[in-house]
Amino acid sequence: MALSWLLLILLALAVIGYFAGRSRALASADGDARALHSLPSYYGYNVALTALIPALGILIIWLLAQPLIVENTVSGMIPDTAISEGSDRGLVMSEVRRVAYGLDGAIASGLLSEAQARNADADVQALTQSLKDAGQVLTQDISKPILLAAQKYRGITSTGSIAMQMAVLIVALVGAALAYIRTHKEFRARNVVEQGILALLLLAASIAILTTVGIVLSMLFETMNFFQLHSWKDFFLGSTWAPNFRGGSELSILPLLWGTLYISLVALLVAVPVGLFAAIYLSEYATGATRSIAKPLLEILAGIPTIVYGLFALLTVGPALVSLFGDGGALGLGWMASSNAVLTAGLVMGIMLIPFVSSLSDDIINAVPQSMRDGSLGLGATKSETVRQVVLPAALPGIVGAILLAASRAIGETMIVVMAAGAIAKFSGNPFEAMTTITTRIVSQLTGDTDFASPETLVAFALGLTLFIITLGLNIFALYIVRKYREQYE
Amino acid sequence: MTDISQTPDTTPVAKPKGSLFDKDARTKRRNAAEGRFKLYGIAAIGIGLLMLVVLVTKIVTAGTGAFQQSFLELSVELKEDKLDKKGNRNIEDIKKVSTFGYAPLISAALEAEVQKLGIQTDLKPKGMGKILSKATQADLRNYVIANPDEIGNTVSFRFLVNSRVDGYMKGRVTRESIANDKSISVPQLDLVDQLRDAGVLYKTFNPDFIFGSDASDQRPEAAGIGVSMLGSLFMMLVVLALALPIGVAASIYLEEFAPQNRLTDIIEVNISNLAAVPSIVFGILGLAVFINYMHLPTSAPLVGGLVLTLMTLPTIIISTRASLKAVPPSIRDAALGVGASKMQSVFHHVLPLAAPGILTGTIIGLAQALGETAPLLLIGMVGFIASNPPDGIVAGFLSPNSAMPAQIYEWSKRADPAFYERAWGGIIILLIFLVTMNTIAVILRRRFERRW
Repeated sequence: MALSWLLLILLALAVIGYFAGRSRALASADGDARALHSLPSYYGYNVALTALIPALGILIIWLLAQPLIVENTVSGMIPDTAISEGSDRGLVMSEVRRVAYGLDGAIASGLLSEAQARNADADVQALTQSLKDAGQVLTQDISKPILLAAQKYRGITSTGSIAMQMAVLIVALVGAALAYIRTHKEFRARNVVEQGILALLLLAASIAILTTVGIVLSMLFETMNFFQLHSWKDFFLGSTWAPNFRGGSELSILPLLWGTLYISLVALLVAVPVGLFAAIYLSEYATGATRSIAKPLLEILAGIPTIVYGLFALLTVGPALVSLFGDGGALGLGWMASSNAVLTAGLVMGIMLIPFVSSLSDDIINAVPQSMRDGSLGLGATKSETVRQVVLPAALPGIVGAILLAASRAIGETMIVVMAAGAIAKFSGNPFEAMTTITTRIVSQLTGDTDFASPETLVAFALGLTLFIITLGLNIFALYIVRKYREQYE
Repeated sequence: MTDISQTPDTTPVAKPKGSLFDKDARTKRRNAAEGRFKLYGIAAIGIGLLMLVVLVTKIVTAGTGAFQQSFLELSVELKEDKLDKKGNRNIEDIKKVSTFGYAPLISAALEAEVQKLGIQTDLKPKGMGKILSKATQADLRNYVIANPDEIGNTVSFRFLVNSRVDGYMKGRVTRESIANDKSISVPQLDLVDQLRDAGVLYKTFNPDFIFGSDASDQRPEAAGIGVSMLGSLFMMLVVLALALPIGVAASIYLEEFAPQNRLTDIIEVNISNLAAVPSIVFGILGLAVFINYMHLPTSAPLVGGLVLTLMTLPTIIISTRASLKAVPPSIRDAALGVGASKMQSVFHHVLPLAAPGILTGTIIGLAQALGETAPLLLIGMVGFIASNPPDGIVAGFLSPNSAMPAQIYEWSKRADPAFYERAWGGIIILLIFLVTMNTIAVILRRRFERRW
């Protein structure tokens, strides 16, 4: 029975429960809705929700937990001898899964009978061939232990899902029955239903916590695996980034961090002056009409997807910079060899961040009390003197916060640097050279064929965790500054 | 401020000689500084707007070409002895003829056309055939399989030409630029010129770019964005189905029911932090949790949708809370006053009044999710050639697919510059979607926004 059928049955049960509960409540009040504690529909909702919610909860938990349990059981029964040199348990397990899915597929297409698939003494070669005939992808010939493990895997999985369906249905039926029996005109159905809905609302709000926990845990576990395979000293203190899938890699975050910070610095050098002056002009000088046109236009820049900026950097800005600074370029300098460079990525990222800086600073400048401006103007200062000597110093903490938020954006930005920064990890101060960043390396280590047992893949999780911590730290610090500043004038 | 008061003019101000309107040197300097400062501001806005104009111009000029394609119209004789040897029009037998079986027919048709038009060329038939796309044989085969009754007839068929010829027609490829290009030669371009003058080789609107599927990297002229558009659509359905109810429920809890306690604080801090987490981190989460742990299928729009849901949730929660907050307390008080429960007052009165604002926020969140690329890289939606549309709704969610931004990224990585044109064209389509969504959001806000 497929999952969709189970869900349909649950839904049907809930609908039936709704009408049954409603009519039972009405019947207990002799059809007079006024004698009920709550509106009749609440009695219906009570039955429906009691049937549905616990059952769905069990379903979700079961679906999440079952793979883990099956995995552990099956991987325990693979003997060490079955794991060949250079391989490991994880790889063998994925082969086991593939065989198990292959058997499922072969049965579904009618090439194998259920009994044949379950036969533990089956001829391994013949089975391999028939799976290949069925169009199933196998990386190698099936060996005896793998076949046994795969059969076990299928066995536990199918028993597990039958047990799950039984459990879910029983819980749903028991819930519906209990709620139905309790339905009576004195029963405070509305209060119960509202309590239930409140719990659901709280659950929805907690998903934010779950996501954060999920992010941290998923990266933390793999990072710990990484540090078992690779020394943490090299990661944090080494000087070279040279992944090598044959082993002996040097995986240090420092050159990547340097590239990330350098590109972000270039981006901020573009975005901060332009964004800040734009904000000052918009909030202090511009007339209402100018402001209402220029501000939304600038904010369009913030709504453009990063892939567009990436393509713009790769195909337009990069070649344009090469034709200026490259060999035989307009300036005849020969500084820039390829269009992938710190400058390319930094400039385009800077353009992307202009509206971010300008709208944040705009808010902050507007929060400076008008009385301070009036005081300064009244003493005879010009408008620009007021801005430079009164408004900006007053808004400084907020502006610093805005710049930090922009920096955190720049550090976590992916597409622009993936497309325009290059792939060479090095310490260099030359903005015309290609450099690489943390996000670029995460992408390149985790795309394509990945082997979750090698440090070269796992390092991506360590990089991700570092990135998460850096951006989180910057954000919390920036928000703290901004909030503190806002309180000052409230 | 202190600067001004602490530095009194050391030179006593000269006795005013003339009018008050005569400005002394210092005033002039200060006014000049004022003018300069204002100019910096204008320049800054100018730079920002200039960048916008450059970007948009670049997108439009580089991308519009993708919506046009060059075709060569030829009359092909669908010889029965080649395509249906048994002559019984059995579709299975016709399918047995591979694409190689169609090559001689096309080559003969091209040769006949060249002779008919009286075009002089030194090219051998094989060399002439090179101006056609590698996709032509498959196209013709699909046509014959779809219309088996045409076998034996001579049909007029529109063939795709090679991407270089297409580039030449669009002015991207010139006689100078092909000096080192092995896939096209000058005599072939001469032939192209003559065919164009004869009117059989022409440029026209290309619906296959919008609705078609991606092609391998040898055939940029056949690549389209349609299938990955479907991938994006299925992802957006997942995001809408999950992020909207969860986001609204979470906002209602936080805005209307949450007590002032530790848990509420933690939730609020988490939401504001998640809004600033780099999108690639959500990709890592998706890879680790949905693919490695839960073994959901790689590259599936379902997984992409789940990741984007987690990413858009904070946006939707923040905007929903703002619109709930905008509903005045008097509405709640009135509902409570006539005996509604707190829950009833929220669901019957506050929520409907906040609905336009919630919808606006949701559309903006969806638009953000539609353009997001980085997390999709990690869950395998890039590098997958979306060559077939998914069959059926379930396959749409579960079978591997690409998404619009992922497809654009994929094209930008390929070697043939003809794909770049496709990438820009894809961006035009993506931006049309984004602009439409944002316009709807603005209209909704204008139309239904209520001032209390």
